[in-house]
Amino acid sequence: MYPFKRYVEIGRVALVNYGKDYGKLVVIVDVVDQNRALVDAPDMVRSQMNFKRLTLTDIKIDINRVPKKKTLIDPMEKACVKNKWENSSWGRKLIVQKRQASLNDFGRFKLMLAKIKKAGMVRQELAKLKKEIAA
Amino acid sequence: MAAKRKTPVKTRNPDLVRGVGKYSRSKMYHKRGLWAIKAKNGGVFPRHDPKPKSPATAEKPPKFYPAEDVKKPLLNKRKPKPTKLRASITPGTVLILLAGRFMGKRVVFLKQLTSGLLLVTGPFKINGVPLRRVNQSYVIATSTKVDISGVNVEKFDDKYFSKEDKKKLPEEKKENQKAVDAALIKSIEGVPDLKAYLAARFSLKSGMKPHELVF
Repeated sequence: MYPFKRYVEIGRVALVNYGKDYGKLVVIVDVVDQNRALVDAPDMVRSQMNFKRLTLTDIKIDINRVPKKKTLIDPMEKACVKNKWENSSWGRKLIVQKRQASLNDFGRFKLMLAKIKKAGMVRQELAKLKKEIAA
Repeated sequence: MAAKRKTPVKTRNPDLVRGVGKYSRSKMYHKRGLWAIKAKNGGVFPRHDPKPKSPATAEKPPKFYPAEDVKKPLLNKRKPKPTKLRASITPGTVLILLAGRFMGKRVVFLKQLTSGLLLVTGPFKINGVPLRRVNQSYVIATSTKVDISGVNVEKFDDKYFSKEDKKKLPEEKKENQKAVDAALIKSIEGVPDLKAYLAARFSLKSGMKPHELVF
């Protein structure tokens, strides 16, 4: 019905997709103008960012405009932003991507063996099911 | 000149900043013990008379003067050092060979020889690479290490690899290979999948970016 589901609002959690803080989860604490937001996270200095550098997530927390750092951290802990993010499918995909990128050569080899094994098991089950249908 | 000491003295006057020592002239006089040397010599600094110069042998005028001044070649005191081993390469590291007959093979590093080349082995039973020398530049060091404690590589050096008989491999070298590999294969089989890993060759697949890969 409505074309948009995630809105830029105070308390919206966003993912930084460009720049020095790439990959960080930040909270929008104020809107500067049409293009920029004031953005804050527990481990960074509050700064302005262009909306083009942010990708909105589904997570939103309840804060007032431009809270102090301590007042920002408490609702974040209460809403378990980190946990919600790491359990979401988007967050899980990012974690897997990071882990796969840091694999060494031996790790990549073991991953290949595991993929082949899994594919083999899937194919066996599929063959069994096909046989049942044929029979 | 006076006789040189066996070990040079560390400066008794450490630098506070470049150009400024910690101790003043008077303090340094005391630290060097010049007061003791003077005391031993009755209040004055000991004076050694210069050694009598031996009469210089009369030089004969040379028979031949070159037409142009002959240039003397510059003195070269360079002493070649063995190639510096990359910090990532330690005994037992799995290396990927990048060139030659065994390109792509994953081998175990044993030690660096005096020529700077690396001594590696397949092990032979696993991937067909014998005890071989390889240049550090043609190798990628992975972070995978094999336990190499049971292997004795003392007797291998560059002379071992000089080829007298180019047709046949002497039995002794085959025995050496088996001895080195026996201990290695035992420690390799202790790690799951490591044997299959060493048996497989490395290749770049689609989508692999070498500058982003972690080895």
